[in-house]
Amino acid sequence: MNAMKRSLFALAIAGSLAAGTAYAQYTNNEIKLGVLSDMSSLYTDLAGQGSVIAAKMAVEDSGIEKRGIKVEIVSADHQNKPDVGSAIARRWYDAEGVDAIVDVPNSGVALAIAQITKDKNKVFLASGPGSSDLTGKACSPNTVHFTYDTWMLANGTGTAITKQGGNTWFFIAADYAFGQALERDTTAAVERAGGKVLGDVKAPINTQDFSSFLLQAQASKAKVIGLANAGGDTTNAIKQAAEFGIVKGGQRLAGLLVFLTDVHALGLQTAQGLTLTTTFYWDMNDKTRAFAKRFAALDNGIHPTMVHAGVYAVVLHYLKAVEALKSDADGAKVVAEMKKLPTDDPLFGKGSIRVDGRAIHPAYLVQVKSPAESKYPWDYYKILATIPADEAFRPLKDGGCYLVK
Amino acid sequence: MQALFGQLLIGLINGAFYAMLSLGLAIIFGLLNIINFTHGAQYMMGAFCAWFLLRYAHVGGWHPGYWSSLVIAPVVVGAVGIVIERTMLKRLYNLDHLYGLLLTFGLALVIQGVFRNSFGSSGMPYEIPSLLAGGVNLGFMYLPIYRAWVIVASLAICIATWYVIERTKLGSYLRAATENPTLVQAFGINVPLMITLTFGFGVGLAALAGVMAAPIYQVNPLMGADLIIVVFAVVVIGGMGSIMGAILTGFGLGVVEGLTKYFYAEASTTVIFVIMVVVLMIKPAGLFGREH
Repeated sequence: MNAMKRSLFALAIAGSLAAGTAYAQYTNNEIKLGVLSDMSSLYTDLAGQGSVIAAKMAVEDSGIEKRGIKVEIVSADHQNKPDVGSAIARRWYDAEGVDAIVDVPNSGVALAIAQITKDKNKVFLASGPGSSDLTGKACSPNTVHFTYDTWMLANGTGTAITKQGGNTWFFIAADYAFGQALERDTTAAVERAGGKVLGDVKAPINTQDFSSFLLQAQASKAKVIGLANAGGDTTNAIKQAAEFGIVKGGQRLAGLLVFLTDVHALGLQTAQGLTLTTTFYWDMNDKTRAFAKRFAALDNGIHPTMVHAGVYAVVLHYLKAVEALKSDADGAKVVAEMKKLPTDDPLFGKGSIRVDGRAIHPAYLVQVKSPAESKYPWDYYKILATIPADEAFRPLKDGGCYLVK
Repeated sequence: MQALFGQLLIGLINGAFYAMLSLGLAIIFGLLNIINFTHGAQYMMGAFCAWFLLRYAHVGGWHPGYWSSLVIAPVVVGAVGIVIERTMLKRLYNLDHLYGLLLTFGLALVIQGVFRNSFGSSGMPYEIPSLLAGGVNLGFMYLPIYRAWVIVASLAICIATWYVIERTKLGSYLRAATENPTLVQAFGINVPLMITLTFGFGVGLAALAGVMAAPIYQVNPLMGADLIIVVFAVVVIGGMGSIMGAILTGFGLGVVEGLTKYFYAEASTTVIFVIMVVVLMIKPAGLFGREH
């Protein structure tokens, strides 16, 4: 009995000591997250303010603040400009005590943030960007790329459509890091599946009128027109493709990155039948539905996209790692801890983070419902196939990441 | 060769929007000396007005659709423009142009911000009116009927506007009032009223372009934000204040942009500005402007 008391006492002392050192280890006595997103332009609905809301929900659900650790969330608009994003990141890291930058839709900006984060030894929790280079040749011990990437999209949509007989492709690609990566990865997927790429055109980001590009795609006689773009660019291209009778003319449109908010903006009448790949859909199970309901109430009724879900999940996992380490000071160490711990959250389920920084979870090949099939608001997808976690993302050895030995 | 024809036609269609928008800007600048940076936001408001009418407005058993929007939206947005002119711009007439530019630029940011906050950034769908749906195969390309309508309608509007300002008595009053308002007022013409109505008309043109753009693009709070910069370049190239200049350069630059999209797509958003630089170096008053 006495021995037990003694050991309990010792444990209590050890615990209080550990707690004491823990408080000293949090820089500025708090964990500070900076949500860097597109707050004013074409990616605002799919990320934007919704990403801030998702991050806040993650902090709340982690219960970390009840355990006496303060978490602060700040946010800013990178305007899709790498120079603007970089300036904010430097200010956040150097002057404002931000420990981790979250989200960053737009691969051009994200690649810059990854480099700065590595230089400053902080943490980059990427949910919004697509370029698979973030865990490939531009990989970093300070980056976790959570939600999706161009390889996964290409592998899902590109392979599926090619196998269904769409074996000649023409690309309309957004002319920056993301569009180029998506086109490159899809070309590889199409060729692996036995298809051929007939040509491409690179459209500047935020293009209003796609008719000229669509005409070129039409003239190529390719069976599939691959849209390697995102957000407003994708919706405009799809809408105008309908106008120019592309689908009626026998060609098929492949939206390689289509978000739930894009489908909402297009309306089911225009979007029906589109096949796309996603890692999250709000209407999959009770947990995702509960999350969507809470989220929509906070974000003007917008239902969460996979980017929002990814922000929630990656922040939750980050907080777990920081709490386990009892420190947020050393970015590389936090990311190493994130890789050590298995991921487990209500939205993506169980998964892991690989040595190259890639988070691994299943992906879903879905089809947009017709207006008749849709029974309630935001009822947009039917799931055609589940791509298991170990097949959904690029094999570790193929990425060219220097962290992979 | 066939592809080239298609691209030329597409260029003309986009040029039609440039022409309509730069026409409004040119009128407002040429006759009122205001550099109206809210023009893009007013174009967006026109599209939103059409969307709103289609979605929500029910007057008795009557649902205002696309065709009535073509009339209602310019009137509503024009009226908003008039309020802005009467309450704010009026106070700046005796100051440098820069003040008007700053005011309208600030207003544009506020209007776009409010719309983005309320409606999000991905925009609203707007269907092509059933009468203009479908397309015809021209042999060298598939031309959507709606796009053909855009060219015809905008050409008609541009020519009619030019005719009224340059060839009628009303237009001559207007032009005289810009040259010498005091003298014209002495003849018993209500110059401030005329100026206000002209501003309203210019704004209405932007809204009309917005309604016509709604079925092609998403009805999007930011649809005018980038366009306004291009349209300003069009006005500068054409010659500030020149009505015919704005129309011809609008169509011309649409075609140049279309060809760039074909030959070197990556440069399609910059080509207009390159032309602007070249024109400003060779002919600072613009292609159709007069040197003062």
